[in-house]
Amino acid sequence: MKSLRSPLGVVSGLGSAKGGVHHWWLQRLTSIALVPLTIWFTVSILSLPSMDHVTVIAWMAQSWTALLLIVFVLVATYHSQLGVRVVVEDYVHAPGMKTLTLVILTFVHTLLAVAGVFAILKVAFGGAA
Amino acid sequence: MSVYKMSRYTLATSIFNRITGVGLSVGLIVLVYWLMAVASGTRAYENAHQVLSAGIFKLVYAGLLVAFCYHLVAGIRHLVWDTGRGLERAQSKLSAVVVVTVSSALILLLGYWLFLAGGRA
Repeated sequence: MKSLRSPLGVVSGLGSAKGGVHHWWLQRLTSIALVPLTIWFTVSILSLPSMDHVTVIAWMAQSWTALLLIVFVLVATYHSQLGVRVVVEDYVHAPGMKTLTLVILTFVHTLLAVAGVFAILKVAFGGAA
Repeated sequence: MSVYKMSRYTLATSIFNRITGVGLSVGLIVLVYWLMAVASGTRAYENAHQVLSAGIFKLVYAGLLVAFCYHLVAGIRHLVWDTGRGLERAQSKLSAVVVVTVSSALILLLGYWLFLAGGRA
Protein backbone atom coordinates (compact mmCIF):
# COMPACT_ATOMS: atom_id res chain seq x y z
CA MET A 1 0.00 0.00 0.00
CA LYS A 2 1.15 3.47 -0.80
CA SER A 3 2.14 5.56 2.18
CA LEU A 4 -0.51 7.94 3.41
CA ARG A 5 2.10 10.58 4.18
CA SER A 6 2.25 13.44 1.71
CA PRO A 7 5.44 13.75 -0.39
CA LEU A 8 6.08 17.16 1.20
CA GLY A 9 5.73 15.64 4.68
CA VAL A 10 8.23 12.93 3.79
CA VAL A 11 10.94 15.23 2.43
CA SER A 12 10.58 17.74 5.26
CA GLY A 13 10.85 14.93 7.81
CA LEU A 14 7.69 15.90 9.63
CA GLY A 15 5.37 13.50 11.36
CA SER A 16 5.69 10.81 14.00
CA ALA A 17 9.18 9.56 14.79
CA LYS A 18 7.56 6.55 16.54
CA GLY A 19 9.12 7.68 19.79
CA GLY A 20 6.07 9.14 21.50
CA VAL A 21 4.90 6.03 23.31
CA HIS A 22 8.47 5.22 24.34
CA HIS A 23 8.87 8.70 25.83
CA TRP A 24 5.52 8.50 27.58
CA TRP A 25 6.26 5.06 29.01
CA LEU A 26 9.72 5.99 30.30
CA GLN A 27 8.28 9.11 31.94
CA ARG A 28 5.85 6.83 33.84
CA LEU A 29 8.48 4.22 34.73
CA THR A 30 10.83 6.87 36.12
CA SER A 31 7.93 8.50 38.03
CA ILE A 32 7.06 5.23 39.73
CA ALA A 33 10.70 4.57 40.64
CA LEU A 34 11.16 8.10 41.98
CA VAL A 35 8.34 7.80 44.52
CA PRO A 36 10.30 5.47 46.87
CA LEU A 37 13.71 6.83 45.81
CA THR A 38 12.97 10.48 46.62
CA ILE A 39 11.27 9.56 49.91
CA TRP A 40 14.28 7.42 50.86
CA PHE A 41 16.72 10.21 49.94
CA THR A 42 14.80 12.94 51.81
CA VAL A 43 14.34 10.88 54.97
CA SER A 44 17.99 9.72 54.87
CA ILE A 45 19.38 13.26 54.53
CA LEU A 46 17.08 14.63 57.23
CA SER A 47 18.02 11.73 59.53
CA LEU A 48 21.76 12.37 59.36
CA PRO A 49 22.94 13.54 62.79
CA SER A 50 24.93 16.35 61.17
CA MET A 51 26.03 17.53 57.74
CA ASP A 52 29.77 17.58 58.42
CA HIS A 53 32.08 15.83 55.98
CA VAL A 54 32.91 12.81 58.19
CA THR A 55 29.24 12.04 58.81
CA VAL A 56 28.20 12.47 55.18
CA ILE A 57 31.07 10.30 53.90
CA ALA A 58 30.39 7.56 56.44
CA TRP A 59 26.80 7.48 55.20
CA MET A 60 27.57 7.73 51.50
CA ALA A 61 30.32 5.09 51.52
CA GLN A 62 27.96 2.34 52.68
CA SER A 63 27.31 -0.01 49.76
CA TRP A 64 23.52 0.21 49.84
CA THR A 65 23.55 3.96 50.23
CA ALA A 66 25.94 4.38 47.29
CA LEU A 67 23.92 1.99 45.15
CA LEU A 68 20.58 3.67 45.87
CA LEU A 69 22.11 7.13 45.44
CA ILE A 70 23.43 6.16 41.99
CA VAL A 71 20.04 4.81 40.96
CA PHE A 72 18.37 7.95 42.37
CA VAL A 73 20.69 10.34 40.48
CA LEU A 74 20.33 8.42 37.20
CA VAL A 75 16.55 8.06 37.37
CA ALA A 76 16.05 11.65 38.56
CA THR A 77 18.20 13.18 35.81
CA TYR A 78 16.48 11.02 33.20
CA HIS A 79 13.02 11.94 34.48
CA SER A 80 14.08 15.59 34.51
CA GLN A 81 15.40 15.38 30.95
CA LEU A 82 12.15 13.81 29.72
CA GLY A 83 10.10 16.42 31.60
CA VAL A 84 11.89 19.61 30.57
CA ARG A 85 11.96 18.32 27.02
CA VAL A 86 8.16 18.31 26.90
CA VAL A 87 8.07 21.78 28.46
CA VAL A 88 10.48 23.12 25.81
CA GLU A 89 8.56 21.40 23.03
CA ASP A 90 5.33 22.97 24.29
CA TYR A 91 6.53 26.52 24.87
CA VAL A 92 9.55 27.17 22.61
CA HIS A 93 8.28 27.46 19.05
CA ALA A 94 11.12 28.93 16.97
CA PRO A 95 12.62 25.80 15.32
CA GLY A 96 16.28 26.77 15.73
CA MET A 97 15.84 27.95 19.29
CA LYS A 98 13.87 24.81 20.16
CA THR A 99 16.61 22.50 18.87
CA LEU A 100 19.36 24.54 20.50
CA THR A 101 17.56 24.53 23.88
CA LEU A 102 16.98 20.76 23.68
CA VAL A 103 20.64 20.12 22.80
CA ILE A 104 21.87 22.26 25.71
CA LEU A 105 19.43 20.63 28.15
CA THR A 106 20.51 17.15 27.03
CA PHE A 107 24.18 18.06 27.52
CA VAL A 108 23.50 19.55 30.96
CA HIS A 109 21.51 16.51 32.07
CA THR A 110 24.17 14.11 30.82
CA LEU A 111 26.83 16.08 32.68
CA LEU A 112 24.75 16.10 35.86
CA ALA A 113 24.15 12.35 35.69
CA VAL A 114 27.80 11.47 35.03
CA ALA A 115 29.13 13.94 37.63
CA GLY A 116 26.69 12.63 40.22
CA VAL A 117 27.61 8.98 39.65
CA PHE A 118 31.33 9.84 39.55
CA ALA A 119 31.11 11.68 42.87
CA ILE A 120 29.20 8.88 44.61
CA LEU A 121 31.61 6.20 43.32
CA LYS A 122 34.62 8.27 44.39
CA VAL A 123 33.25 8.51 47.92
CA ALA A 124 32.18 4.85 47.94
CA PHE A 125 35.67 3.71 46.93
CA GLY A 126 37.27 5.83 49.64
CA GLY A 127 38.62 8.60 47.43
CA ALA A 128 37.20 11.57 49.34
CA ALA A 129 38.54 11.11 52.87
CA MET B 1 -13.97 22.47 21.53
CA SER B 2 -15.83 22.56 24.84
CA VAL B 3 -14.67 18.96 25.34
CA TYR B 4 -11.13 20.26 25.78
CA LYS B 5 -12.01 23.11 28.10
CA MET B 6 -10.19 22.32 31.31
CA SER B 7 -11.63 23.40 34.62
CA ARG B 8 -9.58 25.97 36.49
CA TYR B 9 -8.68 23.31 39.08
CA THR B 10 -7.23 21.01 36.47
CA LEU B 11 -5.46 23.90 34.78
CA ALA B 12 -3.92 25.25 37.99
CA THR B 13 -2.82 21.87 39.35
CA SER B 14 -1.39 20.85 35.98
CA ILE B 15 0.62 24.03 35.37
CA PHE B 16 1.90 23.99 38.95
CA ASN B 17 3.08 20.40 38.41
CA ARG B 18 5.16 21.64 35.47
CA ILE B 19 6.54 24.63 37.33
CA THR B 20 7.55 22.52 40.35
CA GLY B 21 9.05 19.94 37.98
CA VAL B 22 11.26 22.55 36.34
CA GLY B 23 12.17 23.84 39.82
CA LEU B 24 13.24 20.35 40.87
CA SER B 25 15.35 20.07 37.69
CA VAL B 26 17.23 23.16 38.88
CA GLY B 27 17.47 21.48 42.28
CA LEU B 28 19.40 18.64 40.61
CA ILE B 29 22.20 21.15 39.95
CA VAL B 30 22.38 21.89 43.69
CA LEU B 31 22.34 18.14 44.46
CA VAL B 32 25.18 17.34 42.06
CA TYR B 33 27.18 20.38 43.22
CA TRP B 34 26.85 19.03 46.77
CA LEU B 35 27.79 15.47 45.69
CA MET B 36 30.88 16.76 43.88
CA ALA B 37 31.82 18.77 46.97
CA VAL B 38 31.49 15.68 49.17
CA ALA B 39 33.77 13.80 46.75
CA SER B 40 36.36 16.59 46.61
CA GLY B 41 37.68 16.23 50.14
CA THR B 42 37.21 17.93 53.51
CA ARG B 43 38.55 21.37 52.53
CA ALA B 44 36.41 21.65 49.39
CA TYR B 45 33.37 20.37 51.28
CA GLU B 46 33.79 23.00 54.00
CA ASN B 47 33.78 25.73 51.34
CA ALA B 48 30.73 24.32 49.59
CA HIS B 49 29.00 23.81 52.94
CA GLN B 50 29.52 27.50 53.68
CA VAL B 51 28.07 28.47 50.29
CA LEU B 52 25.10 26.12 50.72
CA SER B 53 24.45 27.46 54.24
CA ALA B 54 24.06 31.05 53.03
CA GLY B 55 20.75 32.74 53.75
CA ILE B 56 19.66 32.73 50.13
CA PHE B 57 19.90 28.94 50.08
CA LYS B 58 17.35 28.66 52.88
CA LEU B 59 14.92 30.16 50.38
CA VAL B 60 16.11 27.66 47.76
CA TYR B 61 15.55 24.74 50.16
CA ALA B 62 12.12 26.05 51.08
CA GLY B 63 11.26 26.28 47.38
CA LEU B 64 12.61 22.80 46.66
CA LEU B 65 10.67 21.42 49.63
CA VAL B 66 7.40 22.87 48.34
CA ALA B 67 8.22 21.74 44.78
CA PHE B 68 9.13 18.22 45.89
CA CYS B 69 6.05 17.68 48.06
CA TYR B 70 3.67 19.04 45.44
CA HIS B 71 5.28 17.29 42.46
CA LEU B 72 5.32 13.97 44.35
CA VAL B 73 1.63 14.05 45.27
CA ALA B 74 0.47 15.56 41.96
CA GLY B 75 2.62 13.01 40.12
CA ILE B 76 0.86 10.15 41.90
CA ARG B 77 -2.46 11.71 40.79
CA HIS B 78 -1.17 11.60 37.20
CA LEU B 79 -0.23 7.93 37.61
CA VAL B 80 -3.76 7.19 38.84
CA TRP B 81 -5.15 9.04 35.81
CA ASP B 82 -2.97 6.88 33.57
CA THR B 83 -4.87 3.82 34.74
CA GLY B 84 -8.03 5.47 33.40
CA ARG B 85 -9.47 6.27 36.83
CA GLY B 86 -10.58 9.59 38.26
CA LEU B 87 -10.97 11.38 34.96
CA GLU B 88 -14.54 12.59 35.48
CA ARG B 89 -14.86 16.30 36.11
CA ALA B 90 -16.17 15.95 39.67
CA GLN B 91 -13.52 13.35 40.51
CA SER B 92 -10.67 15.44 39.17
CA LYS B 93 -11.94 18.47 41.08
CA LEU B 94 -11.98 16.39 44.25
CA SER B 95 -8.51 14.98 43.60
CA ALA B 96 -7.21 18.52 42.99
CA VAL B 97 -8.33 19.40 46.51
CA VAL B 98 -6.80 16.17 47.86
CA VAL B 99 -3.48 16.94 46.13
CA VAL B 100 -3.29 20.44 47.60
CA THR B 101 -4.28 19.23 51.07
CA VAL B 102 -1.92 16.25 51.21
CA SER B 103 1.04 18.13 49.74
CA SER B 104 0.46 21.03 52.15
CA ALA B 105 0.51 18.62 55.08
CA LEU B 106 3.71 17.07 53.72
CA ILE B 107 5.27 20.53 53.30
CA LEU B 108 4.48 21.41 56.92
CA LEU B 109 5.78 18.06 58.20
CA LEU B 110 9.06 18.11 56.25
CA GLY B 111 9.44 21.85 56.73
CA TYR B 112 9.22 21.39 60.49
CA TRP B 113 11.79 18.59 60.30
CA LEU B 114 14.13 20.53 58.04
CA PHE B 115 14.00 24.00 59.57
CA LEU B 116 12.97 23.50 63.18
CA ALA B 117 13.38 20.00 64.63
CA GLY B 118 16.69 19.05 63.06
CA GLY B 119 17.97 22.57 62.53
CA ARG B 120 19.43 21.25 59.31
CA ALA B 121 18.99 24.44 57.32
